[in-house]
Amino acid sequence: GYLDEQFIQLEELQDDANPDFVEEIVTSYYTDSVRLIQNIDQALAKYPFDFEKLDNYMHQFKGSSSSIGAKKVVLECSQFRKYCAAGIAEGCVKTFQMIKQEHAMLRKKLETYFQMLSSAGGT
Amino acid sequence: MMNMARNGVVSNRRWKSESGIDLLDSQTEAHVLAVDDSLIDRKVIERLLKTTSCKVTAVDSGMRALQYLGLVEDQRSSVVDGLKVDLIITDYCMPGMTGYELLKKIKESSTFKETPVVIMSSENVLARIDR
Repeated sequence: GYLDEQFIQLEELQDDANPDFVEEIVTSYYTDSVRLIQNIDQALAKYPFDFEKLDNYMHQFKGSSSSIGAKKVVLECSQFRKYCAAGIAEGCVKTFQMIKQEHAMLRKKLETYFQMLSSAGGT
Repeated sequence: MMNMARNGVVSNRRWKSESGIDLLDSQTEAHVLAVDDSLIDRKVIERLLKTTSCKVTAVDSGMRALQYLGLVEDQRSSVVDGLKVDLIITDYCMPGMTGYELLKKIKESSTFKETPVVIMSSENVLARIDR
């Protein structure tokens, strides 16, 4: 599974008065996380790595990902932070590739999910 | 979610409720000030609190929270006199001022030192301080 119970709790917050809540949150997440990914990419292009800065960005990224229940992304984020703490540059680079992959995959899945919801007549 | 409405306290990011403060005053709607630098978290907190019929004001930093409460020395807000805040919920890790630093400033004030403050931590370590 790509998402954990946090996502379910978000869906429970949605109701007739706020029918697009989850989609809104997910959209905000992608705007926010794309920006963070760009920041991290830029930081990973500078040698030597500023591990503190990378860790700060990742902390934010992990936090938002956790808020939408993106559990696979979160796992990779934790790994990235471990590499930052240990100062292992190569580990950071490899893990970040994984993060971007998971992030993109989740996005596709969520887009499909929301399309399905709206074509099902939207409850 | 039902527990949330009855007990009305949010104590960590997994939104598990805990018995404790009874937010719902019999007379008026409770007013909660939520402080978090993440837009997503602010939206979620706002939605969550609104399901318990609270009025919510969400700000993005400790400094803005202090400004809102009229606790910034040279920026005394004239709105403060009528301001009622029943609960302050804040993220712990924020750039600039941490949730704990915000808590200290609130507790040092004469106007809001009795207001309960709940600190949320993304490390899933529970830190709830209520004096």
